Amino acid sequence: MSLETANTLHATTTSQEDVVAPPDARPVPFRGGGFKVRKYRLISPLVFIVLISLWEIGSRTGFISSIALPAPSEAFRAFQDLVRTGMLWTHLEASLYRLSVGWIFGSALGVAVGLTIGLFSLARAGMLPIVSALFPIPKIALLPLFIVWFGIGEGSKVATILFGTFFPTVIATYGGVDNVDRNLIRMGQSFGLSWFSIVRKIIIPGALPAILSGFRISASIAIVLLVAAEMIGAQYGIGAYILMAGALFATDQLIAGVAMLSILGLTVSWLIGKAEQYFLNWRT
Amino acid sequence: MDIVVDNLSHRYGQTDVLDGITFELKGGEIVCIIGPSGCGKSTLLRFIGGLEQPTSGRILIAGSPPAGSLNPLTYIFQDFALLPWRTVEGNVSLVLEDHGIKGGKADAIIDDVLRRTKLSDFRKALPRQLSGGMKQRVAIARALSVNPAVMLMDEPLSALDSQTRELLLDDLIELWTRERFSACYVTHNLAEAVRLGHKIIVLSRRPGRIRQIVRIDMPLDERAGRIAELETTQRHLWNLMREEARAADMELSDVA
Repeated sequence: MSLETANTLHATTTSQEDVVAPPDARPVPFRGGGFKVRKYRLISPLVFIVLISLWEIGSRTGFISSIALPAPSEAFRAFQDLVRTGMLWTHLEASLYRLSVGWIFGSALGVAVGLTIGLFSLARAGMLPIVSALFPIPKIALLPLFIVWFGIGEGSKVATILFGTFFPTVIATYGGVDNVDRNLIRMGQSFGLSWFSIVRKIIIPGALPAILSGFRISASIAIVLLVAAEMIGAQYGIGAYILMAGALFATDQLIAGVAMLSILGLTVSWLIGKAEQYFLNWRT
Repeated sequence: MDIVVDNLSHRYGQTDVLDGITFELKGGEIVCIIGPSGCGKSTLLRFIGGLEQPTSGRILIAGSPPAGSLNPLTYIFQDFALLPWRTVEGNVSLVLEDHGIKGGKADAIIDDVLRRTKLSDFRKALPRQLSGGMKQRVAIARALSVNPAVMLMDEPLSALDSQTRELLLDDLIELWTRERFSACYVTHNLAEAVRLGHKIIVLSRRPGRIRQIVRIDMPLDERAGRIAELETTQRHLWNLMREEARAADMELSDVA
């Protein structure tokens, strides 16, 4: 800026200042940094490999008695037996059928009831106490009742998983509806959107993050309940296989079965992670 | 289309919020409502928009909205109220879909309003990718798309930093000069009020009553250049508000 205009501004202007640091000047000590989550991609498989290797070495050297805990290689052999005899697919098929039917119906009903509770005060007043009263009951305890009601076959097993996934989904869904930004709803009303449009275009997408994290929890509960559901009257299924192995103290088979459940859980949680990435890409 | 607020009073439980508010909003005019925090400015705006009902008094609409107005009374919110899961064009089309406007017809309207708010290059962007000023421009585009008769603006610039605020204020003035919309503009910022208001209504502390109505005749597009002349008006408004603001600051707030 030129000097003339500067004078009319009642101010002086310059674009550079001459600064001489005093002799005792020193840099400001750095105190920031830390408290930051960094990504280490290789660490998690490495931890698994190290743990399993230590376990294997412990078993081979006799430090871990084979009665207390079979070596991972023995468990793997049990797993290979399953593959060779083709029983793996029979067990997996039976379990996946029960899991998927129970989880899908439980979640669908849970979302429907959760939305009803979230949207209608009357439904909330009437149904929420029942949901709160039934949620903490371990569904395993009700298994005998389910057998009486739904038969000893697939019915009672699916019902156990269905009821187990229903309640957490209800609670996640209505919590999600409650947390939708009221101002967005008010915006919808101010533009004259219909009730149905507000629910479909504002409330449901707004509750979706909570619903999906509810799915994550209900999927884990479904896997836990699978073993319980297959305790009685199941010939095939991963849970039945584990219980059979447990009864015979075939600990290698037991570990193989437990590892399968764990892998199943990881797969489901990976799938839900993918779904979150796809549906919630609008989040930061 | 004119709006008449006739002797409006409101109470929340035991608390008087607004008391005997009467004023008129004429077509093509911007009325600014200022007052200390908690004086019921935003509540008043919600009554005018029909989002809440006052305890007593009436809000009347005189005359008919312009032809093709989908939503005569249209809000602009302080926090923008954009759906984070919809793109810029999706947020605009949201308010058209319910009027059965889809496909090519909707595209034409969206093109037009985004051009008017200088957002044409950001059609596919998500709200999280936009700055505060751009988000508010999207909200203004959304409001323009329904062809409003009256814009109800609830502190639209308060969530923005002061430079963005200045830019958007210029945009609003330019928009008004072109389109002559009428607006009820709630703010606590006196500078915004003297830049935008044809009529400034000063409310008192709770219960909100009208303390004074100040008219400014200077054309909106000249105000930026003649800001020194408005300084006296702004100081006058501040003198009216200072005591109220101080007392309001000391109050416990239990009313939203």
